[in-house]
Amino acid sequence: MELLVFVILAILAVVSALAMITARNLVHGVLFMVVNFVATAVLFLLLNATFLAVVQVAVYAGAIMVLFLFVVMLLGPQPALLTERSPVQRPAALLFGLLLLVGLVAVVRVPALGGAPGGVTPELVARVGNPRLVGELLFSRYVLPFEIVSVLLLVAMVGAVVLAKKTTKPQ
Amino acid sequence: MVPVSYYAVLAAILFVIGVMGVLIRRNAIIIFMSIELMLNAVNLSFVAFARALDSLDGQVFVFFTIAVAAAEVAIGLALIVALFRSRQTTDVDDVSLLKG
Repeated sequence: MELLVFVILAILAVVSALAMITARNLVHGVLFMVVNFVATAVLFLLLNATFLAVVQVAVYAGAIMVLFLFVVMLLGPQPALLTERSPVQRPAALLFGLLLLVGLVAVVRVPALGGAPGGVTPELVARVGNPRLVGELLFSRYVLPFEIVSVLLLVAMVGAVVLAKKTTKPQ
Repeated sequence: MVPVSYYAVLAAILFVIGVMGVLIRRNAIIIFMSIELMLNAVNLSFVAFARALDSLDGQVFVFFTIAVAAAEVAIGLALIVALFRSRQTTDVDDVSLLKG
């Protein structure tokens, strides 16, 4: 049963990703991306990562893709052509993409996973709750990266405002 | 339970689709979304291995990746808007002033 849900979600994610990279219309591309992100969120749910599934929908599909849509609307109609400058570009890209895929799949050898398993068994997660466990980890062992990410978000906000300001020549 | 290798292969396929999107398309916004697709594929593999290893460190890493991706999208889209305002194009092949 879980395998059936996984296969459906995998097909949905791959098809929407392919549709996004071949989209002529930018808005269609963004919407296909939203479908892909929601499929990934449900895959997170299958993997027992409930907090991340909600964060994925709220931040990725809900904020980042909405930002993309704002920019697409701001830029107006775009000629999103699929033609390239050199005729060898698309076959070469497909060839290298295929080579990369073969290389990535060839190294997937999961029985060789080393290291001792951490103590977070599914029974513990079912008892305590995934957000609480993630929070305990986030604020104890990873508190320094957490604070640094907050500074990073501040820098991003300041940078975005500076970049978007209209430059007016001093009179 | 679905084996972890299935998730790893799915993440690899999504990553390669993102790479091809960056290589083939010329529109800056589609290229940017392909980069987000690559990040998403890596997030998926992180969470899959976190479940396989009975640890939540992978999920915390994905949390940070999502935060960094949000910051990167804000700056990147501001850059694209500034570029469009000065050059009236989002075709990356047209932005070649520095080309030798």
